[in-house]
Order: sequence, then C-alpha cells, then structure tokens
Amino acid sequence: MSTTLLVVQVLNGLQLGVLLFLIAAGLTLVFGVMDFINLAHGVQYMLGAYLAVAFYGLTDSFVLALVLALAAALAFGLLLEAAVFRHLYGRDHLDHVIATFGIILFLNAAVKYVWGAAPLSLPVPEALTGSVALAPGILYPVWRLVIIGSGLAVAALLWVLVSRTRMGMLVRAGATNPEMVSALGVDIRRLFTLVFGFGAMLAGFAGIMIAPILSVEPGMGDTILILAFVVIVIGGIGSIRGAFVAALLIGLVDTLGRSFAVDVLRLFMSSSTARTVGPALASMLIYLLMAVVLYVRPTGLFPAKGR
Amino acid sequence: MTRTIPLLAAVAAVALVAPAQAQDKAQEKLKIGVIATLSGPPAVLGQQIRNGFQLAVRDLGGKLGGREVEVLVQDDELKPDIAVGKVKAFVERDKVDFVVGPVFSNILQAIVKPATDGGAILISPNAGTSNYAGRDCNPNLFVTSYQNDQMHEISGKHAQDSGKKTAFIMAPNYQAGKDSLAGFKRWFKGEILDEVYVPLNQLDYSAELSKIAAAKPEVVFVFLPGGMGVNFVKQYRQAGLADTIPVFSTFTVDESTLPAQQDAALGFFAGSNWAPNLDNPQNKAFVAAYEAAFGAVPATYAFQAYDTALLIDSALKATKGDTKDRDALRAALKKADFVSLRGDFRYNTNNYPVQDFYLTKVAKRPDGKYQTEIVEKVFDDYADPYVKSCKMK
Repeated sequence: MSTTLLVVQVLNGLQLGVLLFLIAAGLTLVFGVMDFINLAHGVQYMLGAYLAVAFYGLTDSFVLALVLALAAALAFGLLLEAAVFRHLYGRDHLDHVIATFGIILFLNAAVKYVWGAAPLSLPVPEALTGSVALAPGILYPVWRLVIIGSGLAVAALLWVLVSRTRMGMLVRAGATNPEMVSALGVDIRRLFTLVFGFGAMLAGFAGIMIAPILSVEPGMGDTILILAFVVIVIGGIGSIRGAFVAALLIGLVDTLGRSFAVDVLRLFMSSSTARTVGPALASMLIYLLMAVVLYVRPTGLFPAKGR
Repeated sequence: MTRTIPLLAAVAAVALVAPAQAQDKAQEKLKIGVIATLSGPPAVLGQQIRNGFQLAVRDLGGKLGGREVEVLVQDDELKPDIAVGKVKAFVERDKVDFVVGPVFSNILQAIVKPATDGGAILISPNAGTSNYAGRDCNPNLFVTSYQNDQMHEISGKHAQDSGKKTAFIMAPNYQAGKDSLAGFKRWFKGEILDEVYVPLNQLDYSAELSKIAAAKPEVVFVFLPGGMGVNFVKQYRQAGLADTIPVFSTFTVDESTLPAQQDAALGFFAGSNWAPNLDNPQNKAFVAAYEAAFGAVPATYAFQAYDTALLIDSALKATKGDTKDRDALRAALKKADFVSLRGDFRYNTNNYPVQDFYLTKVAKRPDGKYQTEIVEKVFDDYADPYVKSCKMK
C-alpha cells in the first residue's frame, strides 16, 4: 500500500463525500426545517441528470445545459411543492413517506417513458477532459477534481447563506419555532417553498455534475437516497454542518473500506478468506459507523438547535 | 311454426360447424409464451429478446413450421417469484407449447420446473447455467445461447495465448461474478495481481480504478453487466487507463450498452459467440432488418432470440406442425436443423449448443453507430465441460 495510492483513495473518498453532501444538504434542510420526509429527493437528483442530457442535446454546450437544467430542476421542485407536498406538511410522517414514494414510482416510470430504458450519457466538457498526473503513472481525472471543488464551493455558499444572511436567519428561526416566526409577520409558507425549491435544485446540481461519470438511467436516484439518509442521520437532522461532516466521513469510510479492507484482513487471515470477508465487510462499514454514532450520540453528530 | 325454423337452422348450423372445428384442431394457433425482463434498467435486454423473436416470426410470415403463431409476452420484472407466477399462467391458463426466456440466470433457475413440469418445452435464449448443463440437465429444456462459463473462458484463453503475464480481475460479489472469474482463471495461468469483488450495482469505480493504476497489470478482465459496465467503461477512459492497459470483458461492452458508452468503449475487448459483423448472408439480412425495424444495432440477446424462433420453426417443419407427440418434437429440436445466424450450431447431449467463440472489439461504424466486431476465433466447436455429468443421451 503506497502513499500515492492512499492519497488517491482519499481524493476518491472526498469526491463521493462531496456528492453525498450536495444531495444530503437539501434533504436535511427540508427534513429539519419543514419536518417533512421527502423520499422523492433521489428522483430529483435523477431528473437533474436527465435534464442536463436533454439540454445538452439541444444546445451542445455543457455550460448552457448546466444553467438550463438547474433552472428546470428548480422550477420542477417548486411545481412538485405546489402540486403535492404543500398539502402534506401538517400530516403524519407516514403520509409523507407514502406520497413521496408514489412520486418515486411515477417519475421513474415517466423518465423511462420519455427517454427510454437504455442508459444515457453526458460527455465531460471538452476543456475538463483528461487527467492530471499526481505521481508517475498515477493519473487523476480532472472532472473528479472539479466535482470536489464545486461541492466545497456550494458548502461554503450554503454556510454563508444560512449563518450570515437574513434569509438564513429566518430559515433557522422557522425550523425552531414556525408559529412564532409566522406571528412576527413572515410568510412561512413562502419560506418553505423557497427552501424546498433550493433543496431540489441542489439535488439536481448533484445529478448534473455526476452525469458525465455515471450512466444516466431510471432508478439512479434510489440507491443514493439511502446513503443520503444515512448522512443526515449521522450528521444530525436539520444541520448543514452535520451533513457536511457526515457526508465526507461516509465518503472516506466507504472508499477506504472498499480499497483496503481485503489488504488489511490479509494480515489476520488467509488470502482467500480475506477475499470473501473483505467485500462484505466493506459494504457494511458505513452502516456500522451509523450504528456506533447513534449509540454514542442518538441525535447525530451536530444536532440542530431547538430540536 | 315460424319460431322453430330459426331453431332448426341453428341446430343444423351447429351440426355443420362441429366437425369443421374438430378438423381445425390440428391447425389451431401455436401458442408461445415469451418471458423476459421488460422493466427496470435491464429492460433493454428483455426488449432485445422480445424484438428478436417477433422479428423472426414476422420474417417467417407469421408462421412457424407452417402453423399460425400467437406470441404472448410477459415481464418477469427480474423477480423469480413473479416469473414463476407468469410462467404458470402460460402453462396452465394459456396452454402454451413453448416458453421462451428468460434473460437472467436466477430467473432460469426459478422457471425450469414450473415450465417443464407443466408440459411445455422451455427454450432459453440467453441464460445457460452450469447445473442444467450438467447434473440437472432436462429433456424439455433447450438453450440457444451458450453455457455461461464459456463467455468468460474466451478472455482467459486469449490472454493466455497472447502471452500476457499479469492480470487484474474484477466482478460483482455474487454467484455469477465468482463463476465468471473462475472461468477466466480456468485458462489464464499467469499471475493474478488482484481479484476484486464489488457490490452488485456499484456505480462509482474510482477506488478500484486507482488500484488498477497502482497494480499496473498487463491485462484487466471484468464482468460488469448492464449499467455497471456503462459506468466502469466511462470512468476507465476518464482515468486515462484505456490507452495503456487493455480490458477484456464479458457482458460489459455490447450493443445494449454501447449507445451510452460510445467513444469511451472504443478498443475494449469482449468474448462472444456472435457479432453484428459476423460474415454470413443470413446474419447480414438479420442485422439490416433489425436495425430497420427497431432503430438500434442488435446485441447477442436479439440474435439468440431470433435463432430460437428458427429452431422452433425447424422442429415443427419436421413434425409437420404436430406438437402432441413430445418425443418426436424433442428429437426434432435436438437435430437443430436450421441455419443459425452464427453459422456452426449443433446440440450436445445436454441440449446446450456446440459452437464457435470469438474475441470481439468495440468499433465505430461509418454511419456513427457502435458495435462489437470480430477480431479472431478463440474456440472452434467448443462444448461446455459440464456435459460429462449429464445423464441424457
């Protein structure tokens, strides 16, 4: 196990973590601020990817596709909020789960109907193709570095928005005591709509950024949704900071586990046993981590205040 | 009096019609149930099977062996319990003579018993597991594809023959994945630098790609079907590895995944029993007709389904359309007296094919579409090794 390999794997872990953060941020805001369980968050990620592919087909420019897809993802999020979610805020969590699960089924089928079942792809923007040499013979794709960079930028932007602006203050206040904020003359409904639209746009952004790496196909949001829930549970529901730390933690644990579990186990057991146990253990690691965190801190690493 | 006339007429009509119906009995429509995965991401594969089979029926004028055909299509949803229910309905309610399907091996394991116990003949146009080639071989099961291991063995044999010394091999962590790497190692005798099992349906291969780059093998072998392959190939290219380390593969680059992989897959190798550019007249006609009808290049799934229809046609011609005498029907099927799109084809004693296998390579056609093309023949008239434990003669 060389140092360069370790460095590369840490970068890989960061990239997965940043992606998870982009999805989990919206999920944790909606869950924390509006007390609304949105299982359909994963299909909004999928939709971002599909919209990017569609707009790229029309405009032939990645930047234009990015902008248009973001706008469309935002618009679609607002539409969903107005058409479906708004009517469910006061209801039980079980109603949220059933309704948003219905939206998953509907959108997965709709996407297949419109774009077909075959996986689609979005090319990496011309200027950002290729890879940089981190060490002789060890190349790292530029696009993955771009994902890490843009994810960190979004994290910084979110931090400023939530803790340094009036809007952010209202969001935090609304999360703690919505009735009081409403009594002070703030339109809490509009605030919720904005938060929801923004969350949907973040999920869409994650989908757009990952589309050049992963195949764009129906159901692509379903697996990532589970990871995003693990992230917000570990981080503390409603906490952006918690989502950030937990996302990076999950990304690193998952990637390093996958890369080195077999090698580490080989120190204790025969090679063939390690090969059987290693992959199984690696895929359990994040759930073990979640169990440990919940045992030590039942409300997550950074529980949002007032909950 | 006026009332009895219509009544008499009706009685007379029934009397006239009844024997006519009895005569028609032998010529009634031949019912075939097609079961394939038509929903979820692997729907593309099931669609190829359905399309290939229906194209063949159309090319044969809507008749197989001279009998009108009614093709019933069902989706197994890639769930064994659903598949069993649909196959039972084919056999018990629809009384089909043939069940054609499925795509996936785990579905095959589930439907062989309900289909064959129910009196139908099951023809698999894709899945070919080792147990049915060996100890569980079944006189009412015919396979028009291959025994699964053979597709993986092609890469191992070719890597060995071309003098490769080191390999990095990777597959999903389930039975078919383990079988695949075992198939590769059956022929490859060089050093295996690492053998990696990834979770089924893993999307991001960054960690594994970094390991490959660090291990610097002479050849990489992967079995990453469907969406896994699409992701792996794109990321392998993006990591800058595609120009330095050749990839041999099974079910990772084919015509069902190439529309998504495109240029990223150029130069990737695969093992196959067929390719769209296989040079014989019947195959050329098939590929042209398929592309005209469905606007996509056919993959192995489609051609094997087409061959399945040809096989049924040939057997019914031999029995003059009769399906009642099952012994005669089975014997006729076993003769495989049809011109396969792949050329050489005959049945072994276990009802699995003996055929040629090729190394193929992804190429871009002048019209901008992508397909696999034959590089060289790796196995000639190759039979699977499991036939030894099959008791059928």
